[in-house]
Amino acid sequence: MNIDQGEDGNGVLSRSERPDAGLGHASSAGITLMGDPGSRGYFGEFGGQFVPEALVPACQQLETAFRSAWPDSSFRKSLDGILHAYAGRPTPVTECRRLSENLGIRLLLKREDLTHTGSHKINNVLGQALLAKRMGKPRLIAETGAGQHGVAAATAAALFGLECEVYMGEMDVHRQELNVFRMKLLGAKVRSVSNGSRTLKDAVNEALRDWVANVESTYYCIGSVVGPHPYPWIVRELQAVVGNEARSQCREILGGADPDVVVACVGGGSNAAGTFAGFVDSSSELIGVEASGGAAISRGVPGVVHGMKSMFLQDDDGQVQEAQSISAGLDYPGTGPEHAHLSSLGRARYTAANDVQVLDAFSLLSRTEGIIPALEPAHALAFVIEAARAGEIPGGASVLITLSGRGDKDVAQVMDLTAGG
Amino acid sequence: MKLTSYRQKTSEPEILDSTVPGRQSQEPGAAGEPGAAGETGPADADNVRMEGTPGDAFRMHLLPDHKLLVPYVTGGMTPHWAEFVEAAFEAGADGVEVGAPFSDPMMDGPSIQEASRRALGLGTSVQEVISAIARLRTTLLPPAPLFLMSYYNVVFRLGLRRAASTFAEAGITGAILPDLPLHEAEEWTSEARAAGIANIMLVAPTTPDDRARSICNTASGFVYGVGRMGVTGERTDLAKSSRQVAARLKAMTKLPVLVGVGISTPDQAIEVCQDADGVIVGSGVVRRILEGASPADIARFLGGFRKSLDSG
Ligand SMILES: Cc1ncc(COP(=O)(O)O)c(C=O)c1O
Repeated sequence: MNIDQGEDGNGVLSRSERPDAGLGHASSAGITLMGDPGSRGYFGEFGGQFVPEALVPACQQLETAFRSAWPDSSFRKSLDGILHAYAGRPTPVTECRRLSENLGIRLLLKREDLTHTGSHKINNVLGQALLAKRMGKPRLIAETGAGQHGVAAATAAALFGLECEVYMGEMDVHRQELNVFRMKLLGAKVRSVSNGSRTLKDAVNEALRDWVANVESTYYCIGSVVGPHPYPWIVRELQAVVGNEARSQCREILGGADPDVVVACVGGGSNAAGTFAGFVDSSSELIGVEASGGAAISRGVPGVVHGMKSMFLQDDDGQVQEAQSISAGLDYPGTGPEHAHLSSLGRARYTAANDVQVLDAFSLLSRTEGIIPALEPAHALAFVIEAARAGEIPGGASVLITLSGRGDKDVAQVMDLTAGG
Repeated sequence: MKLTSYRQKTSEPEILDSTVPGRQSQEPGAAGEPGAAGETGPADADNVRMEGTPGDAFRMHLLPDHKLLVPYVTGGMTPHWAEFVEAAFEAGADGVEVGAPFSDPMMDGPSIQEASRRALGLGTSVQEVISAIARLRTTLLPPAPLFLMSYYNVVFRLGLRRAASTFAEAGITGAILPDLPLHEAEEWTSEARAAGIANIMLVAPTTPDDRARSICNTASGFVYGVGRMGVTGERTDLAKSSRQVAARLKAMTKLPVLVGVGISTPDQAIEVCQDADGVIVGSGVVRRILEGASPADIARFLGGFRKSLDSG
């Protein structure tokens, strides 16, 4: 790992001042990474738009709308304004003193847990809801696993006066009943999905079915960097604020340097994609941490599901397997196509953490830093703890973890799992 | 007018090797010209014309008064599901669409989702469904058009070339991949053509004309007009879009135009066939099987469609 001293010596360059901002980022190898995937939506061999013909016009219309909105300064101004005054951006980067000492590294957390609604999901939904408004769609639908994206979507719908329906696997409705109630409080309808594995992947299927039937009036607000083109690209662009902010904040803390290692958890992969987008052109090592029971990149094979060519847990017949994790937000048997691409190029590395390691990380951060993380980012933390203790991350290395959400939603579940601690 | 009724063969089954050199892929648009019945295929001395091969699939049936009836059954949804396919032909079906069960059938409504779930619960593999189709090809006389409906991941996992040749060897007339839109279909189109199986493509009510035309030019066998926006399932009335999509397609292609999704009663079939060449009846069949219907019940149900279409 070498430490990048930054472009200007001081290293406090905000993303928007950087010369390549918004144009995609050139890697050292000269390939444009995390840029515009083009009209066909491919990241290398992954991505694409595998939807029924009925949805093709809707996907194309969405792409056209986003291509017009994203460079439009009035759209960006409204979005930035809302992200600031409503969602609480920028979120800070916190240096963990006690845990750093414990692990012998320099640990920084990008605090998405401090946003309104408590996770990075808000960045995406505010952007997409604003786009729905611009497209004149009065109805928003969403799928949700942990309920965080559902809550965020319901929040954005309330803010913009949109009708909102959220699909949620029956298993998750039980696991995350407080989030179900939150969505209802926010005026959304929650549709419990009782087919298939009754988790996130089935909620995605059901949302897609709704979209096919109601495509005229309805905007499908997908919750991660998954699905058919242009979703993986749109969601990554909307989440890039996480990585862009973190890059300049880290430089301030690290005296102009980028962190040696940048780590994020990967379900569909949106907080990781947003984080990596800010660092892909740096020399930071990028690491995505999946749930070991849902490790689509580490243990999956290429497939075409939910509109995208990517990595999926599946059998030899192409039947998608059920992911298994204590964390509902990572209980997805696939991952975003851009992660499959970054993995195949070796620009990012993907690994997995198991439930036991995650629970340990969850309580360690709570006790040493007074921050109760969501179970999802506890995966990223679990990896860092193991890797630092094993010397895989060398002593003194600077490590940024995106703390994608706060643990309030998981406290009851952890209490049950640990029998009251 | 009833032309052929497929029935079970009583004598020694004649094994039809669909890979014989005569098995020809059809140029897009060449198949199914009205009035082309009985015409021999592309000039090829060794060409053995078989009903049920691409292009031929519906050619012999496509006469002015004959409307095509293609029921759908999910492969493996019951242990003896192949009997429902036979019953469909007994009842006068012109072809049958067999669905490969899939874990994430995103174009399907509750009945076909449940059928898929049951099939997978019974441990049905894709290979078993393909083998059963191969057996049906040998027990039905004359060899009947059998189409495989599969979500793309199943084909992708097999490998496109291997899937196409496996389907062809099993005597599958053509494949229907509902989540493979035109702009992602290039590789599959060429593999299907090389293997000599029809590439049945879908056109939705929202598909613009120029795109629909390209789809018609790429498709072979027949063109599948999606009758309504939404997933498969029974509906009480016929969506306006059903006849509209059929009429639009009829003006663009010489391939037979069949409409599916939301056709669940003989009256709806008659109505849509004022523009379409035929119908695909899925959820109505599948729900009855899920509820315990016997092959004879299914034959009666489909017989109602046949009778209405023949007299309508
Ligand atoms: C806090 C939190 N982090 C991470 C995720 C996983 O999503 P992604 O991989 O898209 O960031 C979720 C999903 O619900 C979540 O709630």
